[in-house]
Amino acid sequence: MKAQTRWDVVCTVEDLVPDSGIAVWTKAGPVAVFYLPHRLPALFAVSHTDPFSGSNVLARGITGDVGGEPVVASPLYKQHFSLRSGLCLEDDGVRLKTYPVLLDGDRILLELPVSAGLAEFQAA
Amino acid sequence: MSKQTLIVIGNGMVGHHFLEQFVQSPAADSFQILVFGEEKQLAYDRVHLSEYFAGSSHSDLAMGTVDWYETNDIDLHLNEQVTAIDRYNQVVSTPKGVYQYDQLILATGSYPFVPPIAGNDHDGCFVYRTLDDLDAIRSSANNAKTGVVVGGGLLGLEAANALKSLGLQASVVEFAPRLMPVQLDDQGGALLRYKIEELGVQVHTEKATTAIVPGTDARLRMNFSDDSHLETDLIVFSAGIRPQDTLARDCGLEIGERGGIVINNQCTTSDPKIHAIGECALWNNRIFGLVAPGYTMARTLAAALNNDNEAAFTGADMSTKLKLLGVDVGSIGDAHGQTAGARNIRFHDEQTGHYRRMVVSSDGKKLLGAILVGDNSHYDTLLQYALNGLDLPGNPEVLILPETEGGAPTLGADALPDTASICSCHNVTKGDICGAIDAGCTDLGGVKAETKASTGCGGCTALLKKVVDSELEKRGVEVCTDLCEHFPYTRQELFHLVKVNGIRTFRSLLNQYGKGQGCDICKPTVGSILASCWNDHILATDHVPLQDTNDTFMANMQKNGTYSIVPRIPGGEITPDKLIVLGEVAKEYNLYTKITGGQRVDLFGATLSELPEIWEKLISAGFETGHAYGKSLRTVKSCVGSTWCRYGVQDSVGMAILLESRYKGLRAPHKVKMGVSGCTRECAEAQSKDFGVIATEKGWNLYVCGNGGMRPRHADLFATDLSDEALIQAIDRIVMFYVRTADRLQRTSVWLENLEGGLEYLKQVVLEDSLGIGAELEQHMAEIVDTYQCEWKTAVEDPEKRKRFREFVNAPERKDPVQQWTSERGQRRPVLELASL
Ligand code: SRM
Ligand SMILES: Cc1cc2nc3c(=O)[nH]c(=O)nc-3n(C[C@H](O)[C@H](O)[C@H](O)COP(=O)(O)OP(=O)(O)OC[C@H]3O[C@@H](n4cnc5c(N)ncnc54)[C@H](O)[C@@H]3O)c2cc1C
Ligand code: SF4
Ligand code: FES
Repeated sequence: MKAQTRWDVVCTVEDLVPDSGIAVWTKAGPVAVFYLPHRLPALFAVSHTDPFSGSNVLARGITGDVGGEPVVASPLYKQHFSLRSGLCLEDDGVRLKTYPVLLDGDRILLELPVSAGLAEFQAA
Repeated sequence: MSKQTLIVIGNGMVGHHFLEQFVQSPAADSFQILVFGEEKQLAYDRVHLSEYFAGSSHSDLAMGTVDWYETNDIDLHLNEQVTAIDRYNQVVSTPKGVYQYDQLILATGSYPFVPPIAGNDHDGCFVYRTLDDLDAIRSSANNAKTGVVVGGGLLGLEAANALKSLGLQASVVEFAPRLMPVQLDDQGGALLRYKIEELGVQVHTEKATTAIVPGTDARLRMNFSDDSHLETDLIVFSAGIRPQDTLARDCGLEIGERGGIVINNQCTTSDPKIHAIGECALWNNRIFGLVAPGYTMARTLAAALNNDNEAAFTGADMSTKLKLLGVDVGSIGDAHGQTAGARNIRFHDEQTGHYRRMVVSSDGKKLLGAILVGDNSHYDTLLQYALNGLDLPGNPEVLILPETEGGAPTLGADALPDTASICSCHNVTKGDICGAIDAGCTDLGGVKAETKASTGCGGCTALLKKVVDSELEKRGVEVCTDLCEHFPYTRQELFHLVKVNGIRTFRSLLNQYGKGQGCDICKPTVGSILASCWNDHILATDHVPLQDTNDTFMANMQKNGTYSIVPRIPGGEITPDKLIVLGEVAKEYNLYTKITGGQRVDLFGATLSELPEIWEKLISAGFETGHAYGKSLRTVKSCVGSTWCRYGVQDSVGMAILLESRYKGLRAPHKVKMGVSGCTRECAEAQSKDFGVIATEKGWNLYVCGNGGMRPRHADLFATDLSDEALIQAIDRIVMFYVRTADRLQRTSVWLENLEGGLEYLKQVVLEDSLGIGAELEQHMAEIVDTYQCEWKTAVEDPEKRKRFREFVNAPERKDPVQQWTSERGQRRPVLELASL
């Protein structure tokens, strides 16, 4: 059974920083939204929580590409995560949650699980 | 076909290693795996347990993640002890349930032996094996002054060091006549004892404890058989380990006379469905109390379960290399010379405190064993001779004699046979490394990833690098010096491209000379080059995404995602009013406050959104940024100098402030530190800095390219009796030359060592202007000095830049849910463990 989801507005284009990330608070917990204007698609959303430290910092990592794959490097211990799949390039047992993200006019929307409360986020 | 069930009892180092091996193997598909661990934490690196007292958390030590277990479909039951095995019905039981198995693996490790002494169960008595043990010791140490370790073996000395690090006056009580009786001989043990006592740890040998009773001056009193006694607040037993074989014993598996679950070469016990690996297993009547043999058993068993008929455990080398209380100790093979006809070569220097003994075969051709105390630099070479049965040189003593002009013949990586074991943790031979290189690995990182060499205890790192370098060289591989996959240039080349072409943004450099989108290597490097060349604000829109987080937010990120604040305190001089402001701000934001090793004050634990507010307050009180986050000038340490000190010959504080104000803000390949001492007594430790200045009657002596940190280096004397002007001119030129020519993240020390021509060449360039670039370097420096701005001041005054400091852009009031705090010694500090489970 597919969990129900809903598109929520999380911020506006004004809030984004080109080639970098920002963090938003959602009902699924902290999410990092990245804006890479030189490629398509240009928007990515992944969990803001760094799985190696448990700290909410990923939006503050450096973005780039490794072998063509768009990535963010954790600012703490520098592991790279694919912005598309959430997979950690250094440890394929670790994957970030990813969220579909859309630009609608000047609003940024994320597709989030309807029932996801904080509890589910913390358990993930 | 339905899956069989494989149960692993024990989630320790070896159990975890087994799982890592097994899940990658074909047989993994036919098993559902269940793991039971008695400890509440996921398997962690017990070898580095003591680092827990030095600040590592469980997650730092953890060997895997809960996610990894999930991804591999392993059913993990932590905090659930297996209480019985029923071999007839093939089930194990725990307090929570009963589970059927088809194959069962015991990886239950061992437990510390506590001698049967009356009173050994007093409140203040502990063992040293698990994180829980360490927590208990830590909390008991809180209001204790003294601690005793019972047992002077390897683990006992490590425990003593731990007690010392907790601030206790530590002593060691050993039953045998010397320390480390298993690994060392009398001479080595005596030297080790001397060194340890010099460090303030008392050693009592030949003491048998008869009873532990309440003490009068301390909590406990230990009575010894010779009627002497010792009072102490806490006791840690480290008198050896015993295999944890209770389950096996109770279900009737074959057990050794002195304990241990008997296994064959395939690590199978007397029941073909049950296997044992690690410290609980007894092979050939031997227990192996080290991690590497346990890993070998784990690999053997994983292979055997994949029907590999050749898989066999055939014993393991028990040589050890350690640093105990800061003292190097090494023990190789037959260290006690028990082989018939064995002969000894000994070297003992009482001045340096180095002892080395080689045990050689009766014909003098082979190395059988060795003992080292005080200096382990000979260990790797000796170990290779012993392990590989290499023929010793005709004058074998050169292997342990101190280096003389011309030097002892070092055993080149070339001389090692393909079968030579390079990494014992992961069983990687030289042949495996050559194989990995032939299969396409072109650098150390690649070989590490491919073979796992040097990812265990790390003891083989230096040797691995030697082998890789020599093999690459042999194959004529030119070691790739490209910065990263986006730029086929070195940092130095990029610097020239930026400077010569007047390039001002990362994008335009990338478009002209690179490819792709960049990464966390090239972006900060180019960011730093642009800053060195043009000195724009680092948060200018084009530069923001280039910076490491510490530069982006102009503060160092802490492990829980908060930041620290380090205002500049030039030369360590600060007015009482400013000190009060620091105190007030720290109090208002509840920041942990610490005096740094660089003569200033660090305020820890600010959240992202608090940073600009705090800086606003500090700036209005006259502070500016300390660049503690940047690859730039950190501090200029100074002594008090001639203004106050009766010996001072120049005003060191004044000079330190002058230097600090001049070079602050300059972006460099790595951080730069300076020190100024007012006389030759050198209280500012200037000779350990990148630039060290020491006052003389006539002016200043300049020392360059010193380093503390991971690889300390004494600075070299560069010029003597300089005037103020000549000093500044020399530093200007050297700094700028360094900025232009060093590699990314290369401190001045390593830069100088790699500079062709070395110190002499640098002197020619700087003092004689042999390249004719002196004026240009000075001009460049002058531009940087003229365009200095306090980055924090600019940032707090610019609403656009401040926007960057919102924690969640859509929820300004929301606090980061991860940050949880506790208090320690009257200040707030983060709770970190929650991340790991
Ligand atoms: C705060 C301080 C420790 C303290 O409480 O005393 C400190 C803290 C850190 N040091 Fe340090 N170092 C501090 C003095 C030192 C010293 C002593 C000194 O400067 O006299 C050294 C050895 C001297 C030297 O550098 O040659 C030192 C050698 C290092 C190194 C190793 C550098 C090396 O060349 O091996 C690193 C790692 C690096 O820079 O790559 C490091 C890195 C770090 C970092 C930035 C690690 C990080 O990236 O998070 C720490 C940041 C803490 C924070 O969040 O603020 N720190 N660090 C000291 C700050 C001094 C200051 O006022 O700015
Ligand atoms: C302080 C210290 C320093 C050390 N330093 C070194 C070193 O420098 N070099 C080196 O090679 N080795 C060192 N060692 C030894 C090394 O840690 C061990 O060799 C290694 O941990 C053995 O792994 P293991 O899996 O066999 O046992 P362990 O790591 O002890 O794991 C066994 C696990 O099984 C669990 N268990 C036991 N019974 C049950 C049950 N009935 N049900 C469920 N779970 C159970 C235990 O709780 C434990 O978690 C050191 C050990 C210590 C304590
Ligand atoms: S980096 Fe410096 S401050 Fe941080 S733990 Fe290491 S020595 Fe201490
Ligand atoms: S020997 Fe331990 S990592 Fe190589």
